[in-house]
Amino acid sequence: MTDAQYVYAIGRAFDPTGIVGIDGAAVYPVAHRDLVAVVSAAPPDEAALTARLQRLDELAAVAGAHHDVVAAVAAQTVVAPFRLATIYQDEDRIRELLRHRADEFAALLDRLAGTVEVGVKLHAQERPPAPAAPTTSGRAYLQQLSQRHRHRDEQWRHAATAAERIDAALGAHALDRSRHRPQPAQLSGAARHNIFNAAYLVPTGQLTEFTDLARRLANDEPALQIEVTGPWAPYSFAGVRP
Amino acid sequence: MTDPSPWLTSQRQGSNLADVLERVLDKGLVIAGDIKICLLDIELLTIKLRLLVASVDKARQMGIDWWEHDPSLSSRHRHQLTAERPMEVSGPEHSDEARVPLREQSGTGEVTA
Repeated sequence: MTDAQYVYAIGRAFDPTGIVGIDGAAVYPVAHRDLVAVVSAAPPDEAALTARLQRLDELAAVAGAHHDVVAAVAAQTVVAPFRLATIYQDEDRIRELLRHRADEFAALLDRLAGTVEVGVKLHAQERPPAPAAPTTSGRAYLQQLSQRHRHRDEQWRHAATAAERIDAALGAHALDRSRHRPQPAQLSGAARHNIFNAAYLVPTGQLTEFTDLARRLANDEPALQIEVTGPWAPYSFAGVRP
Repeated sequence: MTDPSPWLTSQRQGSNLADVLERVLDKGLVIAGDIKICLLDIELLTIKLRLLVASVDKARQMGIDWWEHDPSLSSRHRHQLTAERPMEVSGPEHSDEARVPLREQSGTGEVTA
């Protein structure tokens, strides 16, 4: 085959039966010794693809398909997911990549074998201060205002300290961790703020134990709500370590 | 359970569009391919997401209907969304506040390892 190929991930041998990739293309392995690239056919027109991926609905569909392929292969064997839209001209070029970086990829897969990524987001719920008495003077009003600000600052400080405490405890039970940028839980106007967003690399056998621990730790902090996602393929730990 | 594959039952569960995008666009192994595809910067993307979700019908078409399933969302918030209020576009320094979940579902407590 000489067509362009999407590469979703590298991993070890897997059964591609029933795995469908971007645009419904069949997914298949391209191997060099025991290193396997997870690929499917891609349109060779680079400009059209670029234009398409600037459209959010298309991008969401492509990202979802990429993620589904990675998840399907991760269910069978260890994978190191590639960033979206890594495209090669043909299979030979992919084999060349695997040959050229065989040692690096093998070390990466050894590090990721038997692990899953767990996402943990912590949200702070803003609690309103006690209702203030109606003010009669400008001075009293300003006092109330500054009290409200103090109240809010204290809440944030408290939530941030609690989040750091939970992160430290979870980090001690994980093989590795990666901080992500906080996401807003809702678009706007909501009283819930994502103050902490991280991923942890956990041995697959300890997944339930880890997520239980995360929920338990968060339950002890009334100011925080927790959202656990995953298990994910180890996206956040596939990059070259800084 | 003897199922060794937590993913089989959990694809996309507990994950949303923002979680997926942050991983496939921002994480993952970066390899220079043969064909160079210029992806949206993740910050630009979040601005677009915010604009897009200003239209609820459009969001539903994309499957962004998490507010209908999330019991923690108040009716007040739902009202805000259905009012199709135009969303403000913020500068890049605020743009990571605009990630939008796709199909919020329950967590992964039921997943077996």
